[in-house]
Amino acid sequence: MADTVSSPDVRTILDARGYRAALEWTARRAEAFVIPLAALVVGMVLFSLFVLAVGKSPVQLYETMWRGGFGSWFSIQNSLSRGAPLLLAALCVALPARLGLVVIGGEGAIVLGGVAAAAIGVALNGAPSFLVILLMGVGGAAAGGTWIGVVGALRHYRAVNETISSLLMAYIAIALMNHLVEGPLRDPASLNKPSTQPLADIYRIGNIPGMEVHWGLVVGILACVLSWLLIEKTRWGFAARIAGGNVRAAQVQGLAVGPLIVGFTALAGGFAGLAGMLEVAAVQGSANGSLAAGYGYTGILVAFLARHNPLAIIPVAILLGGIDASGGLIQRRMDLPDATVLVLQGMLFIVILFSETFYGRFKLFNPDLWQRST
Amino acid sequence: METTDIGLWGVPLAMLGGAIRVSTPFIFVSLGEAITERSGRINLGLEGTLVFGAMSAYAVAVMTGSPWPGLLAAALAGLCFGLFHGWICKFPKVNDIAIGIALMLFGTGLAFFFGKPFIQPSAPDLPAIAFGAWSDIPQVQAALNVNVLFLIGAALAVFLWWAFRNTRIGLIVRVVGDSADAARAMGLNPNTVRLLATGVGGALAGIGGAYLSLYYPGSWTERISSGQGLMAVALVIFARWNPLGCFAAALLFGGAGALGPALQSVGVTQGYYLFYAAPYILTLIIMIATSSPSRTLAGAPGELSITK
Repeated sequence: MADTVSSPDVRTILDARGYRAALEWTARRAEAFVIPLAALVVGMVLFSLFVLAVGKSPVQLYETMWRGGFGSWFSIQNSLSRGAPLLLAALCVALPARLGLVVIGGEGAIVLGGVAAAAIGVALNGAPSFLVILLMGVGGAAAGGTWIGVVGALRHYRAVNETISSLLMAYIAIALMNHLVEGPLRDPASLNKPSTQPLADIYRIGNIPGMEVHWGLVVGILACVLSWLLIEKTRWGFAARIAGGNVRAAQVQGLAVGPLIVGFTALAGGFAGLAGMLEVAAVQGSANGSLAAGYGYTGILVAFLARHNPLAIIPVAILLGGIDASGGLIQRRMDLPDATVLVLQGMLFIVILFSETFYGRFKLFNPDLWQRST
Repeated sequence: METTDIGLWGVPLAMLGGAIRVSTPFIFVSLGEAITERSGRINLGLEGTLVFGAMSAYAVAVMTGSPWPGLLAAALAGLCFGLFHGWICKFPKVNDIAIGIALMLFGTGLAFFFGKPFIQPSAPDLPAIAFGAWSDIPQVQAALNVNVLFLIGAALAVFLWWAFRNTRIGLIVRVVGDSADAARAMGLNPNTVRLLATGVGGALAGIGGAYLSLYYPGSWTERISSGQGLMAVALVIFARWNPLGCFAAALLFGGAGALGPALQSVGVTQGYYLFYAAPYILTLIIMIATSSPSRTLAGAPGELSITK
């Protein structure tokens, strides 16, 4: 995180300190690409060993995974659809992470965002569609934002550990959804799978023209770009990065750390709530148990793989969307459990976290080590 | 089972029995986590260890026809997970909380992967002792049917409480947890102590998982754990890293967890899912009540990242 604090744009560096400075800048940037990519490769090699150990062919597995995720226009669209909620779920982890918080309860915000959106869509039945869709988005984001904002507030004002509290809140949110969907909000017509009343067709969000991918993908990418701008180009983002580096230093500087933490966590939860709203409005058509599909948990992995950089989240979310999408094909073609994908994700996660230890260690990437040797 | 009508008395009775039944995995996971945290590391991955322990115990019990090899397998699997966490966290800049989250996902994924073929067959249960045999009322008998692991857990809590105070190993773990520098000055290697403490913690969590699949609820499904491993971590903080406190808190959590089923057993079905959330809400309230922004928690190991 510290690397981005001290990275002015290329032009200033070239003007001020010339070629050497540009080289140093490039080296530091290259590190941020090479180490995660190398970790990804190592993770995939380790997973190959695992696949070999259970008596299957890793080559065939990766080939199947490629075919299921990115091999055809159909599978690419499928991956993009699955990547869309991951973009927003990952932001729910990445934004608080820039403040030094580890929030892992995005699943709860997704679930509540979906329920709130469904309730609004049903209650306002008959109103103009753009208004209802807008309010569903606002309501979903507000529900998710409140949920994670509370986690941030508890962290700052009561020193309650945010990692544990956010996950507890996620379990509470899922229980609350089950209660609402099976009780007060239940559509009596939904027998096997308790759901809220289905949204009218005019309130559903459709696909991007020419694709079988809903507009949620565009919303997610926009959210990532806006988050990047917020963190890198605004004074709030700057303040957040300072507070993430050292809370006391930020407080000494007179930064309002409390509102900053609550604001960032609420925004993060708002994005996750929006993901829930999109699942309801674009995919499910009503709120039901399918909202707790694990996007919140995969989002944690996406954010860590992207090292909490909102722009890096875009390719990583689509990659993991593809891995998710290939799960079914792997199950059918290779006779492996659907949890195979979870094992791969877990391995990648561990290797990526382990790779943190290598930052700054390689001479090639670390200008501080150049000086010492010359 | 034939039930005698004992009216609303059924609720506290069912909660007592439920507390004993539900609390056992909490006891083991929280005692394991207490050992790990006393050494200065936090292992959030015990949720994954619990699920993997439940799966391996069930699988081995099905294959051997006896619950005890299953229990052993779960402990060994937990030991491996714990040792892995302890090993990988010794590297600089590797965050113990984040690794815990990764292990939570990895352990769960691995358990689902290998556990698929064992969802159907049924495994032998761990034995229970009927302390309620004196009574004619079936509800009393059911409530006082106590599993041996609960008793072992209770004894272990007392033993650990004693061992932390009175033994050399207990002192070593506490020194490492309070100040790595002081430990190094004493000639101890903090990484080795933490490796072993996390390993033992993992083994205990594995046993907690074995209880889930081999006694209550007593079968292997992918929904077997719903955050017990994670709640146990919060519970250790609430118990102020004291093993006896862990035991008491585990009973309290078990009682909260039994509230939903107990009310359901007397015919209250309204808001069932909200009662189901009771243990999580209780954990959260306790965390809020016992945390403070202005002072560090009494009894907290000085090296613990979660309280800094």
